Amino acid sequence: MNDRLQAHLSPEVILQQIKRHGVTHVVWLPDSETNWLYLLMKADPALTLVAVPREGLACSVAAGLAAGGKVPVILVQNTGLMESGDSIRGWLFGLEIPVVFMVGMRGWNRHGAPTADTASVYTEPFLNAFRINYYLVESDADADRISVAFEESKRTKRPVAVLVGDEYHGFNK
Amino acid sequence: MIDTAEMLKAFNAHRGDAIVVPGRGGRHWVRISSEPDLDLPMGDPAMGGHAAFAFGVALAQPQRRVVLFDSEGDLQMGLGILLTVAELKPANFYHFLLDNECYATTGGQPVPNAKNVDYMMMAKAAGYPRAYAFTELDALSAALPEIIGQPGPVFVAMKVNPDVENKPITQRTKWRTRSWTQVIADLQRRLCIAA
Repeated sequence: MNDRLQAHLSPEVILQQIKRHGVTHVVWLPDSETNWLYLLMKADPALTLVAVPREGLACSVAAGLAAGGKVPVILVQNTGLMESGDSIRGWLFGLEIPVVFMVGMRGWNRHGAPTADTASVYTEPFLNAFRINYYLVESDADADRISVAFEESKRTKRPVAVLVGDEYHGFNK
Repeated sequence: MIDTAEMLKAFNAHRGDAIVVPGRGGRHWVRISSEPDLDLPMGDPAMGGHAAFAFGVALAQPQRRVVLFDSEGDLQMGLGILLTVAELKPANFYHFLLDNECYATTGGQPVPNAKNVDYMMMAKAAGYPRAYAFTELDALSAALPEIIGQPGPVFVAMKVNPDVENKPITQRTKWRTRSWTQVIADLQRRLCIAA
């Protein structure tokens, strides 16, 4: 089996995991990893997509949704995660909002091979600085980590991140 | 110019059972509100997010009016939320803006282009179907039944007096009497939302 097949991560599997945890709203900004997932979510009548033009706004939208009794998930690229720092601090940690960040790992290459894109270089240090726990998902075999993230977020009332590390291996078909 | 506390008193007569996010008007609103369990006085968790937060509440509770008292400094930090609101057009969302042309809580420094921004036109250009602007309380008070009585999203820009604070933060009167988590828990209990 070649590396491309081994690494395959299906958007259908991601969506199945998200829905398993009762997500009602996807607060998101597009990235290069998630277009096929977007098309699936858009076709799903059980999900409301809330598009924001800047990722920090996703945190406060999600906080409002959670305060009002809904279950949001935040879908952004790692670049946008880093842009959202103060909103994460204030709106998510401050209000103790249980929410999962699905984070497209721009610049990530499996096995830690370096790329010219610095976005992934800073992602894990950023998450560690904010004490946000995270789970790397690179293939369908990793998908149950998404459930772990949702359960942890609900239990701890904190944001938890899922790093979607498949930019170069088929997630975007 | 409108006095924020007087404006909030006028609004309170029309609030009904609306959820209110008082934003920078919170320090007045907590003494005026007739339904504190339906209020979300957040203070300042992170500047730039109040409109997005209230919008999220409106999406979550579509059967109930959600009224936000935003401020121009906060909105300037997250102007893009106007586009998101206008796209989803929550019919229960009422977006009032307290425009005092300055950062009152840091000593009154002017916000960028303070005196020349037309927020009503910005909201309209973003796609809000209805938007108003007021500089006097009498005109606003007269229009409140119409504003609240129509479907949202509605945007209402108001020129208000700056209540500038120049004391060190530790010497200021603390107006928030409940923690953020308590505020949310009280709202959820009132709305019978399972935590």
